[in-house]
Amino acid sequence: MEIVFLAFILILAIFLGFELISKVPATLHTPLMSGSNAISGITLIGAMVSAGSGESQAATILGTAAVVLATVNVVGGYLVTDRMLGMFRKKKAGDK
Amino acid sequence: MDRVIIINIAYIVSAALFIYGLKELSSPATARRGNFISSIGMLIAVIVTLLSKGIVEFQWILLGIVVGGIIGAFAARIVGMTAMPELVALFNGFGGLASLFVGWAALSGKGITTFSIVTIFLSILIGGVTFTGSVIAWGKLSGKLNGKPVLFTGQQIFNTFLMVAIVACGVLFALEPANLNYLYAIIALSFIFGIMFVIPIGGGDMPVVISLLNSYSGLAACAAGFAINNLLLIVAGSLVGASGIILTQIMCKAMNRSLSNVLFSGFGSPKQAKGEIEGTVKPITAEDAYYILEAASSVLIVPGYGMAVAQAQHVVKELQQLLEKNGAEVVYGVHPVAGRMPGHMNVLLAEADVSYDLLMEMDAVNPRMENFDVAIVIGANDVVNPAAREDESSPLYGMPIIDVDKARTVFVLKRSMASGFAGVENPLFFKENTRMLFGDAKESISQVIREFGD
Repeated sequence: MEIVFLAFILILAIFLGFELISKVPATLHTPLMSGSNAISGITLIGAMVSAGSGESQAATILGTAAVVLATVNVVGGYLVTDRMLGMFRKKKAGDK
Repeated sequence: MDRVIIINIAYIVSAALFIYGLKELSSPATARRGNFISSIGMLIAVIVTLLSKGIVEFQWILLGIVVGGIIGAFAARIVGMTAMPELVALFNGFGGLASLFVGWAALSGKGITTFSIVTIFLSILIGGVTFTGSVIAWGKLSGKLNGKPVLFTGQQIFNTFLMVAIVACGVLFALEPANLNYLYAIIALSFIFGIMFVIPIGGGDMPVVISLLNSYSGLAACAAGFAINNLLLIVAGSLVGASGIILTQIMCKAMNRSLSNVLFSGFGSPKQAKGEIEGTVKPITAEDAYYILEAASSVLIVPGYGMAVAQAQHVVKELQQLLEKNGAEVVYGVHPVAGRMPGHMNVLLAEADVSYDLLMEMDAVNPRMENFDVAIVIGANDVVNPAAREDESSPLYGMPIIDVDKARTVFVLKRSMASGFAGVENPLFFKENTRMLFGDAKESISQVIREFGD
C-alpha cells in the first residue's frame, strides 16, 4: 500500500511540474533551470539524516559528503539564480 | 504533538513554497520573489529535518553545511554571466552525486526490502549518470574539453552492452544486497554511462543536454526519496524532473529534432553540404555599416553564441541606445537554442541592462521581418540559416529559424567564413541583401559606435 501511496504522490507532482513549467517564458529559462536545480538539492535533507544517524561509520562519511555536495547545490543554485534575476529589469522608454 | 507529524507538516509547507516559487518564476516581474520563496521552503525543510529522531549527531551535518555553503556562495558570487552554463552544469553534477551518496548510505539502514533495493539502485544509477554527465558537460562548456562530439565505431554496441551490464548488476545486487562488489560495479558503470552519454553531443546541442541533466538531478533526488521514504524528496525531485523534461522538449522542438537524434547522432560532426551556393560575399567596413544604420528606422538584433564568446553584450546595448537616440526602433530576436543553454542570450542581455520586453521570441519577430530596415546578426549562424527553410538536403532542413534574410538589409558579424557548429554552409552570407562585417563582434560593434560619435 505504501508504494502505491508514494507512486500516487509522484504522479501528481510530475503533472504539477509540467503545468507549472510550461507557462515559463523563454526569457526565464536559464533562471528556471538554475532555480529548479537548487530545488533538486533537496536531497540535502536525506543526506542530513544519514550524516547524523550515528548508525555506522559508512553512513556518517557518505552522509557528510552528501551534505557538502547538496549544500553547494542548494546555496550556490539559489544565490546564482537570485543574482541573475536581479538583472532582469524592465526599463521605461527613454530610460538610460 | 508527535515529532514525525510536525516534520511532515513542515514538509508540506516546504513543498507548497517550492510550487508557489516555481509558479512565480513564470513572469520576470515576480521571478526574483519566487526564487526567494522557494529558498525559504528549503530553509524550513532543512531546519525541521534537524528535529528528526534519527539524527543523534549534529557535528557532521553542521560541518557539511558550513563547508558546502561557503563553496556554493563563493562560486555563485565570483562566476561571470558568460560562465553561467558551465556553473549550472557543475551544480547539477553535485546534486546528482549527493543523491548517489544518499542512496548508498540508505543501504546501511535497517529493514532493507527488495523495493528499497530497487530504489537505492535507481538513485545510485541516476545520480552517477548525472554526476559524470554534468562534469563532462561542464568541461565541454568551459572549453576544458573539446566541444566536438566524440564518436567511435561500435559506440552504439558499447552503450548497449553497458546498459545490459548495469541491469545485470542491478539484478544481482537485488538478489544479494550484502555483496558490496555489485554496488561498486553499479557505481562504476553509472559513471561510465554518464560519460558515454555526453561525449557524442556537440557544443550547439548543449541546451538539450543541460536541460536533460537538470531533469536527471531531480529524478535522482526523487529516487533517493523513495529509498529513504521521504515524501518531500519525492515531490521536489519530481517537480524538477518534470521541469527538465519540459525544457528538453522545448529545445528539441526548437531544433526540429527528436531527443534520440540529439543524443545519438553526433550532429556536430562536419557534413558535406550539397548544392552550390550562388552569389558573392560582400564585406563592408564599420563606416559603411554606420551609414546604413544611421538611415535605419527599425533594427533587429539577433544574438548567438558568438556574442557570448566575444562578451559583446555591453557594446550591443550601447549600440542599441545610440540607434534609439537616432530615432530608430530596436528589438532583439532570440532563438530558443541560441547559445549553450536555454535562455542563455536573455541572461547576457539582462546583464547588459537590456529591458526584457525588447527581447522577442522567434515567432514574434518573423511575421514582421520585412519591416526591419536592418537585421544585425551577432555571432549566430545555424539559427539564421535559410537552408533550414529552402534546402531539403541540408541537415538543418526543417529547423525553425529567424528569417533575417527577409529583412531589407542583413549585417552579419562574424570572425571568419567558417561554418557553424553543424558544419553547414550558410547561404545567408551570399544573399543579395547581406553584408558581412568580419572581425571580433565586440571590436566590430565598438568601431560602429565610434562612427556614431564622429
